[in-house]
Amino acid sequence: MTYPLDPSLFSDAMKFDPTRAGFGRGLKAAGEANEAVVALCADLTESTQMHLFKEAFPKRFIEVGIAEQNLVTVASGMARAGKIPFTSSYAAFSPGRNWEQIRTTVTLNNQPVKIVGSHAGIYTGKDGATHQMLEDIALMRVLPRMVVVAPGDAIEAEKATRAIAENGQPSYIRLTREKTPIFSLEESPFEIGKAYVLKEGADVALMGTGTMTYQLLLAAKILAEQGVNAEVIHVPTIKPLDETTILQSVKKAGRVITAEEAQIAGGFGSAIAELLSDKLPMPVRRFGVQDRFGESGDPKEILTSIGLTGEQMAEAIKMWCDVTPRYHQERASTAE
Amino acid sequence: MDIKLTIPQIQKKANAIREDIITMLQKAGSGHSAGPLGMADLMAALYFSILNIRPSEPEWADRDMFFLSNGHTVPVQYAAMAEAGFFPKEELVTLRAFGSRLQGHPERERLPGLENTSGPLGSGLSQAAGYAYTLQYIDEIKHRFVYVCMGDGELDEGNIWEGAMFAGKYKLGKLIAFIDRNNIQIDGTTEEVMPLEDLKGKWESFGWHVIEIDGHNIESIIDAASQGRAMSNRPTVIIAHTIPGKGVDFMEYDYRWHGTPPGLQDISGSPAKADQARIALEKLRTLDGTIIHEGSGI
Repeated sequence: MTYPLDPSLFSDAMKFDPTRAGFGRGLKAAGEANEAVVALCADLTESTQMHLFKEAFPKRFIEVGIAEQNLVTVASGMARAGKIPFTSSYAAFSPGRNWEQIRTTVTLNNQPVKIVGSHAGIYTGKDGATHQMLEDIALMRVLPRMVVVAPGDAIEAEKATRAIAENGQPSYIRLTREKTPIFSLEESPFEIGKAYVLKEGADVALMGTGTMTYQLLLAAKILAEQGVNAEVIHVPTIKPLDETTILQSVKKAGRVITAEEAQIAGGFGSAIAELLSDKLPMPVRRFGVQDRFGESGDPKEILTSIGLTGEQMAEAIKMWCDVTPRYHQERASTAE
Repeated sequence: MDIKLTIPQIQKKANAIREDIITMLQKAGSGHSAGPLGMADLMAALYFSILNIRPSEPEWADRDMFFLSNGHTVPVQYAAMAEAGFFPKEELVTLRAFGSRLQGHPERERLPGLENTSGPLGSGLSQAAGYAYTLQYIDEIKHRFVYVCMGDGELDEGNIWEGAMFAGKYKLGKLIAFIDRNNIQIDGTTEEVMPLEDLKGKWESFGWHVIEIDGHNIESIIDAASQGRAMSNRPTVIIAHTIPGKGVDFMEYDYRWHGTPPGLQDISGSPAKADQARIALEKLRTLDGTIIHEGSGI
């Protein structure tokens, strides 16, 4: 099945919305669908878009104040009482500050608490390095049982929120503050644990998570003009990875690009490199934040300073492809 | 329990729990001695009188909840659970062994009857508060209560005070917390390491109903819990003054026995390591159901 992309993509009519807005709508819908869903917030209700849920279900909304350790441990107790708690704050604080509580009282204790990290990545913009959480993917994906989802746009964030409400597992969802381009449609598929081929191509496989998928779509468009036919794979679920789709896709291209607006160490690209080194070793080039912190500025400025715009990546990918041999197809076919 | 025991019967259970603890720890060759021995009376009162639970039906929907926050003292909970019939007493000696359900620190999913996973300190109060909030405000269930036990050294953790503030704000009347006030932690006395006093005043200022008791007096423990249940518009904290190592004279009051099992090392003022467990058990057997102690002045 071809993944339906928004037809206005790359046109003047392209739509923008922050993924946190999609989360807010999804949480309200999840609350309508299941009365076990409760929401806890650490003094950032509107900022994390939980106010929609709060207005609809005041009895099931709990304000815990600026106390992220308490946020997840109270949620753990509520999960023990049969609830499906969504906890929200900025990702820098949750899971930034309360990682051990998440590890012990959520994952080891195996409770379906949902950690919602808003304002993750450099799209947090003007708030600066303290609030631009870049380490959350690494922190969350090392935890056994934790599901890690980075929606690509606001429409997908809404679907992802509804899906993790019903998955019965500890889960982390990564959101952005600023508006990002919409590339999917209401009818585009989303399932936890699935990756999607957005554009087919056989020269190089571009794998993105979160809002970087848009940048890779842009890069692929530019590369096509230069004669490089790139496949673009959107990987909203970083854990568990959709190994089948990913391996299938990279076999064709024989070389892989990953992109994330997060630390390069231990993040999404690392997860892909780990998978490929185990199952199908081939050249991988990872784009991400290279062991540095962010800074204040317009998201586009920061993105540019780190080399993560679609235009910059297209140039770098072209140069890389020119010097990087493709993985042998014959070996790939025997690696099932 | 469906059938609650008399005070003398509970005292005997507390001493049986103490014997179990010595036996378990010696066999395991690691683990904490002082805290569990000091909490034996509290745990006996909980499992044989206070908690409305069914050992044969650990997930019984109408049960009271008990969260152990200071997870390192879990040998006393395991012993109480075994004495109460949650699992066979023979299993106690598997404490900390590979493949055992009795993990060094409690893991909820390993052993039916445990309500939480703990060890890293400071998180149990908030979990209990989350449960109590759900009962009071969301499910509106009147007949169930939530109990939690914390250590006093554990109160150094910031998470505790976040939970205390939360429970105070929401007037969690179904929440009854115990503090095992034994005055010791690993590096020394609590007042040397990080002073806790005025402890009563601290909790009161957070909106809690505070009761101070002798933590070795079964009747006081049961009465305090009863007062806590009656307090519908505020959470209750029961500061139970205990003697670490209670019942084994050479361990009492000595912080060096906090994290040391009997039989592992020679400790000045205590019997030689080869004799520690045997002498401790002989001592406990002579108590014949009653704990003679100086109390804490409460």
